[in-house]
Amino acid sequence: MLSSWPILSIVTFLPLIGVLFILLASGNNKSSEHNCKMLAIWVSSFTFIVSLILYFGFDTTMAGYQFEEQVEWIAGSGISYHLGVDGISMPFILLSTFLTPLSILASWHSIKNRVREFMIAFLVLETMMVGMFASLDMMMFYLFFEGVLIPMFLIIGIWGGPRRVYAAFKFFLYTLAGSVLMLVGIMVMYLQAGTTDIPVLSDFNFPPELQYWLFIGFFASFAVKVPMWPVHTWLPDAHVEAPTAGSMILAGVLLKMGGYGFIRFSLPMFPDASVYFAPFIFVLSVVAIIYTSLVALAQSDMKKLIAYSSVAHMGFVTIGIFTLNEQGITGAMFQMISHGLVSAALFFCVGIVYDRLHTREIDAYGGVADVMPNYAVFFMIMMLASVGLPGTSGFVGEILVLVGAYKASSLVAFFAATGLVLGATYMLWLYRRVVFGRAEKGEVIRMPVLNNREITILVPLTIFIVWFGIYPAPLLDVLNPVVALISEAVSNTQMATANLQ
Amino acid sequence: MLFTQMTFQAALPEYILAVVALGLVLMAAFTGESLGSRRLVKMIALLGYGFAFATTFILPSESQVIFLGLFKIDGFLVYMKGLVLIGAFFACWMVDEDWSDGVEKPEYQVLMMLATLGMLLMISANDLISLFMGLELQSLPLYVIAAMNTRSLKSSEAGLKYFLLGALSSGMLLYGASLIYGFSGSTQFGEIASSIAQNGASSGMIIGVVFLLSGLAFKVSAAPFHMWTPDVYEGAPTPVTALFAIAPKVAAIALLLNVTHFVFADIRLEWMQVIIALSVASMAVGAFGAIMQKDLKRMMAYSSIAHMGYALAGLAAGTQQGAAGVMIYMTTYIFMGAGTFSIILMMRRDGLPVQKLSDLAGLSSTHPYWAFGLMVFMFSMAGIPPLAGFFAKWYVFLAAVNAGLIPLAIIGVLTSVIGAFYYLRIIKLMYFEDVDQPLDTNAPTENIIILSVSLIVTILFLFIIGPLREWTYFAATNFPISGAL
Repeated sequence: MLSSWPILSIVTFLPLIGVLFILLASGNNKSSEHNCKMLAIWVSSFTFIVSLILYFGFDTTMAGYQFEEQVEWIAGSGISYHLGVDGISMPFILLSTFLTPLSILASWHSIKNRVREFMIAFLVLETMMVGMFASLDMMMFYLFFEGVLIPMFLIIGIWGGPRRVYAAFKFFLYTLAGSVLMLVGIMVMYLQAGTTDIPVLSDFNFPPELQYWLFIGFFASFAVKVPMWPVHTWLPDAHVEAPTAGSMILAGVLLKMGGYGFIRFSLPMFPDASVYFAPFIFVLSVVAIIYTSLVALAQSDMKKLIAYSSVAHMGFVTIGIFTLNEQGITGAMFQMISHGLVSAALFFCVGIVYDRLHTREIDAYGGVADVMPNYAVFFMIMMLASVGLPGTSGFVGEILVLVGAYKASSLVAFFAATGLVLGATYMLWLYRRVVFGRAEKGEVIRMPVLNNREITILVPLTIFIVWFGIYPAPLLDVLNPVVALISEAVSNTQMATANLQ
Repeated sequence: MLFTQMTFQAALPEYILAVVALGLVLMAAFTGESLGSRRLVKMIALLGYGFAFATTFILPSESQVIFLGLFKIDGFLVYMKGLVLIGAFFACWMVDEDWSDGVEKPEYQVLMMLATLGMLLMISANDLISLFMGLELQSLPLYVIAAMNTRSLKSSEAGLKYFLLGALSSGMLLYGASLIYGFSGSTQFGEIASSIAQNGASSGMIIGVVFLLSGLAFKVSAAPFHMWTPDVYEGAPTPVTALFAIAPKVAAIALLLNVTHFVFADIRLEWMQVIIALSVASMAVGAFGAIMQKDLKRMMAYSSIAHMGYALAGLAAGTQQGAAGVMIYMTTYIFMGAGTFSIILMMRRDGLPVQKLSDLAGLSSTHPYWAFGLMVFMFSMAGIPPLAGFFAKWYVFLAAVNAGLIPLAIIGVLTSVIGAFYYLRIIKLMYFEDVDQPLDTNAPTENIIILSVSLIVTILFLFIIGPLREWTYFAATNFPISGAL
């Protein structure tokens, strides 16, 4: 029976087995490098296929955890090895396993030195990401959440651009500074509840005064990860300096850790504090949306522009989460998945032209449509999805967030909608400057068209982006039961607070 | 009867070390400094540590007081002795006989073993007199071996500095001990404790405790008594630095735990404040002081100051849980320190040791295994999960939070972020920079084994933390201090 297999453990640790094989690939010549790449791509693709079991075996009528595994870890201390997925974590696991092989493929030729180490770092990163989303124990969650820093630090620092050291340090220290405050919060919760089991803690009613402090501790960590204004400044640096594959994973999955954390921990465990702090989050998110959109308009570096647009999009996510109603949270979840696909694709689009011209300056391009028509089409789909055009996945998330926001506060909805206009402005403008016009510059004219490898990466991304835009039901079905559960629990608290007053 | 089978068995590691050390004195007088005799001396010394360590497994784990109340043994003390012996074994083993770092005289091994004997005795001290004797037996050989490299001015300076400041701290400690004796009427730990329990603590007693703690703080190199550490670490021959970094800290922190949690358990509210201040100061000095260092050994000195700060945070909790946290912390500290120093010792160019941070540049391309090892130790020291250092920090800060010291825990984790900066700098040098002048490639098997063992313990610590936690929590029940586990 398939159901008796520890599917989640297999998905989590399969990449590590790939690491062992890569370590065994001996020699330092071209062939062993090629073997490392092949091993990495096969292992990660296989991991993706195994992770599909999670989707097809998933019971969409249930709000609880599925595929649960629990083994004693630190005996007698309430800390156990506990894995499981529900509608919130399952899509993220698939997103991680889906993007990892694509990212490895994307770095096929652009990573030239230390290929073996790169592949090892990437597979370790995949284990950390999947493990983080699959953890149902705070201690394990923290282990993976922080463990992600190690491979990502190396990926930015070793294979990054000219200012990679600065970017890697900034990324590491910002994230660490946020996380350690969460760690103190976890300790307090552990001492209160006597366990770090997430399902138990979700039902544990922490006293409201304590909730406020715990919320702040967790907020410090997740806000940096999301990232929210004003702690977003590590993101443009990290994105610009990271290699293409690093940017894809960073934008595609790592940014979602913050949003996931808010939904998984902050809302169910600190409902009073969530209600209390929601206006504060709205303000930060609105500032993020409008401010970073304006900043994006002024960028001359393509990656930086997309990085700032990510901050703005994640602003929508945090608004959606803290509307605390069903539409908002569903929209935020949808937006995160959609943004995971779209931003990864956008960063890859930048990577494609960067590989050809070795510059990310927008002014260096122009008229790309003349030389690379296929590329122009793909880039357009991604760009429109990022803007939120109906028919793409970006639209569903944004409209749900706006509906939710309107229910919570029409003012917030108004400002968020302004962000949509700004988003369209900078993306369309970017597209016009890069793709349209006449190809006059000699280097641009000599750019080769998309090769098969690049098309192989872009096609699946495009399929999912359009599919979720036209028929979002597969994802919504997974999300609905658990989102209903969370928002109901929070709104009960909301009502109880209102009654008290 | 003074000597019975029981007393013999309880002090077995001490007997072994004493006999081997004295035997080595005799041997050293005859064999001289030839390579063969150095190898023989080292082999015998290693056997001594190994046997002593093996006997810790047959030591009684229930509390026993022997030698007219001078010497105590219980589960906690045995555990700490085991750690010290592992540390001493590593520190002895990782020094290749071919290296001429100024420690090629056979007396080095003798003195090191005597210092280790002192550490064991001070861990087991149950009387102010045996405490002082153990402490001095530990310190005097260390003063000498710090200055062992007579060809190096810095080594002499380190030895002298260490001796002068050490003598000062011993003076403070003695003064504190005399006050405690004066106000309690006894030098024996048990009687001091019952005197405090009956009469409460007079202010004279409190002053005595503060002096005593200051003297001990010097030995664990907690700020503001840390001044000697960077200079001694830098100046002393690297094998000696490795020993300093691994073993004596464990012994001193064990003694500190024993004194605070056993003798002065009833006045913990008084000494807790002192320990909290020491802890915060050490964490801050360690984190900020290391940032600007260019010398690897000096940086490790600040790193060890910071580590002592974290360990003291567990001690500051004043609970059995805190004591267990300190035990876990020191366990990881031993292995991370041994692994790091086994690499530092191998860092040589043309056979001569180098110790500048910049010498690490590009290490990952010339020595991938060393670089990987050092990277793991640095991430672990920075407290990044899933490595050993994270669990160590988790248990000390958990105890601190449980004791209501949340601000201390927050300061602790924030200084660990600052500390992460300089640990990352080493990784940056090794992985992000190009090689300047490559280091020698020959690596003694011993060092590679120590590196590998430490690496395995550091990476796979998450598998042994469960049993280790149970063990340490059980050992910590020996302390008559209140506070839930």
